[in-house]
Formats: sequence, C-alpha cells, structure tokens
Amino acid sequence: MYCDECKTRPATVSVTQMYNGNQVHLSLCSECAAKKGVGLFNLGGASLPKLLGSFFGFGPLGMGQVQPSIATGKTCPNCGVSLITIGQHGRLGCSTCYEVFKEHLEPTLRRIHGNTVHTGKLPKKGAGKVKLQRQIEQLKSELQAAVANEQYEKAAELRDRIKELEKSKEAR
Amino acid sequence: MSLHDLVKSPTVDWMSAEGPESDIVITSRIRLARNLTGLPFPHLMGDQKTAEKVWDTIREGIKNIPDLEMTSMNRLSDLERQMLLEKHLISPEHSETASPYRGIIVNKTGSIVIMANEEDHLRIQCLLPGLQLNQAYRYADDVDDLLEKNLEYAFDEQWGYLTSCPTNVGTGMRASVMLHLPALTMTNQKGTVFNNIAQLGLTVRGLYGEGTEALGNFYQVSNQITLGQTEEDIINNLWTVTLHVLDQERNTRKRLQEEMKHQLEDKVWRSYGLLTHARVITSNEVLALLSDVALGVDLKILPPIPRRIMNELMVAIMPAHLQAAGGRKMDTWERDVFRAQVIKKILSKVKEG
Repeated sequence: MYCDECKTRPATVSVTQMYNGNQVHLSLCSECAAKKGVGLFNLGGASLPKLLGSFFGFGPLGMGQVQPSIATGKTCPNCGVSLITIGQHGRLGCSTCYEVFKEHLEPTLRRIHGNTVHTGKLPKKGAGKVKLQRQIEQLKSELQAAVANEQYEKAAELRDRIKELEKSKEAR
Repeated sequence: MSLHDLVKSPTVDWMSAEGPESDIVITSRIRLARNLTGLPFPHLMGDQKTAEKVWDTIREGIKNIPDLEMTSMNRLSDLERQMLLEKHLISPEHSETASPYRGIIVNKTGSIVIMANEEDHLRIQCLLPGLQLNQAYRYADDVDDLLEKNLEYAFDEQWGYLTSCPTNVGTGMRASVMLHLPALTMTNQKGTVFNNIAQLGLTVRGLYGEGTEALGNFYQVSNQITLGQTEEDIINNLWTVTLHVLDQERNTRKRLQEEMKHQLEDKVWRSYGLLTHARVITSNEVLALLSDVALGVDLKILPPIPRRIMNELMVAIMPAHLQAAGGRKMDTWERDVFRAQVIKKILSKVKEG
C-alpha cells in the first residue's frame, strides 16, 4: 500500500482523525506524516490529549516524529483503533481496547492515578471474583484480630470460611 | 421536573441555596462516568449506523425505568441547550451538539441529569445546593444501580469502570464543589491555597468546568484521581479540604473586616450601587459586582438579600436566559440594556420581602 499523500513511498502510518465530526482515515509514509502533522494535529487548545499522548510514551505526530514500531502495531479488533490514535486523542476507542492494549495502559494509568487497581464500587452483576477476593481479605483481617484476642474457636470458623471462599474463587 | 421544566423554570434545585454552608459552597456535584461494553465510545460514533446502535441500546435500557425520561439533543433548540449550560446542568461540549444520537436523561424530580453520549456513553450527574456531597452521591449511586440492571456496563475486575479517557477509569467518579471565594481572591492568597489543594490530588477550575475562567470569584474544586480510591475516600478527601478552604475564606473575611473596614465597605457599596443603578451592563461585570454584593450580604455590610435570589440572578443575566425572558433574539448591545432591567426586576423581589 502506498502513501495517500505522495503516492510514491510505502505507507507506514495509519491515521484516524475526527474532523468536523467526521472520521477521516489516512495511510501515510513517515515523511508525509511528519509534514502533515503540523496541520493535522495542531488543532490548538487540545492540550489534554497531547499530554495524555505523552503519557502513552510518545508525543503527537505534530512534533515531527513518527514511531513506526507503534504505528504498525496492532489495532483493536472491536473498534479498529490503534495505539497511536489513542495517543493522539488521549481517548480509547471502546471497552475492548482496555484488554487489547493492557500492557501499554498499565504504566499510563499508574502515572495518572498512582494506582492500577480499582477499590471502589462493584456492579451488582459480574465482578464476582473481585467480590470474593474482597470478602476473603475482610475475613483474613477478622481472623488476625481473633487470633490476637485468643478467640481460637472463632478463628477456626473464620479459617474454614476463608478456605471455602478461596475454593469457589478458584472454581470461577 | 421534566427536561422542559428544567429549561424553562427560572430556578432549579441547586439554586434554592437550601444546604449546609451555602453562603460559600454554592453547589456539590457528583458525576459518574459509565459506558456500555463492546460499543465504540461516543467520539468514535462517526457513521450513522454506529451512532444509532449506541443510542438505541441506551434507549432500550432506559425504557424499563419509569422514573427516567430521555430526550435527543435535536429536540432542543440552540437557545434551550444553552440555557441548560447556563444552569450548569450540562457541559459546554454537550450544549454545542444538536445530534439526534446525543441527549439528556432526567428523572422526575429533576435531581438527576444524565448526559448521554457526551465523552462517555452515560454521565450520571447529581447537583445539590450547599455542601452535600454524600447526599449527591447517594442519589447518583441509586440511579447507577437502576441503570446497571438494564444495561451491560463496561467493567474490568482490575480497572473498574472503563471510560473513554483513562483519567476517569476506576470509580468513574468526579466529585466537585463550587466555591465562592472573594476574600481569598482579593488578598491574593488563592494561589497558595490552590497549590495546597493540588498537592492533595484535587484540582481547581473555573465557573463552567474544564478550561473556563474563574468568573465572579467562583471556583470548582474536584478530585483528579479515580483509580485506587473508593468513592467514600474521594468524597471524604474533598469534604475535608473544602471545610479547610471555608475556614481560610472565613478567617480572611474577618481580617478584612477588622483591618480594612472602610475600604471593604466602600467596595461593597459601590458594587451594590453599580449593580442596582446601571442602565447598560455585561454579564461578566454582573458576576464581578454580584461577588462583592454577596460578600457584603454575608458580612452584614449590606441589607440581606437571600442567596437563592442571587443564584437566580446569576443565571437570569446570562445570554440565553435573557433572550428567553425577552422572547426574542437580541444582539450584544440589546442584551446589555435588557440585562440592567432584569437585574432591577429580580432585586425588587427582595424589597417586597
């Protein structure tokens, strides 16, 4: 496939842009991408996406740099978005992107939030494993307290319940 | 309150000022970002088919909840959408779209306003007067539970609720308070205060949220971090910081009154004079004057004006509300003239009692 712009060099970068509410797909060579970058990506005022882009480990194309290793990398099979597009918009394409780009997102989330594990609300349906895990942790701290207070009968009871819960967690 | 009432009514719930600390804390807001699993996030709804699918999925889910009513943005006029923005019920971004696939979902009491297909598929919001973060969370949480029964949320066991922007992942919750801080602003202390706030993982924004100016000495303080903290942690942190800022604002007010009595009284009375006697006035000027007047009322320098009337005034003088009240389109100059009349009319309610 050749570059949409110069039509002579092979295309190495796939670009998806939102332009006036429409999606524009372009396949470019690295030279043209760098040239076009100035006009395409300096839309002004969009400092948050740029900042987020840098969180993903690369700056926007407007800086005149192209990183083919990422550009030629995988896209999300559900929504078709690539990691480079995510970097440019500072937004993911769909919930599946979180699985597909998990390894790239992990450091990003750590840099933004200082954490990578959700501890808040769980939906009523689903999230069964986490609910069990949280229950186990709760019982474990109760177990410690029971042992410290020499309530051995209660401790034994708690220990059995923890074992049970761990079994059903494994089974999932 | 239907969406229509929210648009037309001169006041909505948060403007009643019936909440704790409502002299300084104008509103408490909770916003929960939720998305539907497997469907492209709103910024990727490029073609009509995709957009329709997302919209229909939401509508199907809402259908079984009698308390909720869903309206497309194309059912509202430009003016009506702007009025919702001026009442702080939707974001600037959402007010600009007339798309049939973006919309607003409200409950019967009007305490919940959900933006559909803004940055995320759903943004559940609850806005209450005064410092009522826990109450606002409870309302938003209840609606979230209802929606979850009818929709497939995007949720990851490790990362929590998945959102379009990674800055919202986890709880998907943004808790915020709108504060009126004239004394800290006047004495140039807000820089120090806001720096301290930033170190506690909170951020300060202007009157209409992200990227807007702090008009009328109003500041929005909200949490930055959404992953790794529980909803309770986030709310408690913001709550504690808010009480601290309230203390600093009140202390500064007291000091101003002790050390600069005449300058303060002069400033407040001049602003009151301009506000009540101007014949041509811009909205920014009103917000600046109203800030001084509110301070004067709080410190009993001026005769009492109920906060709900000042809140009503703050919204009534904005361009879309003015034009709705006047019943016609007005250019900037006409608005500035009409605005001065509206101010007099609203403030005359005070004298009547």
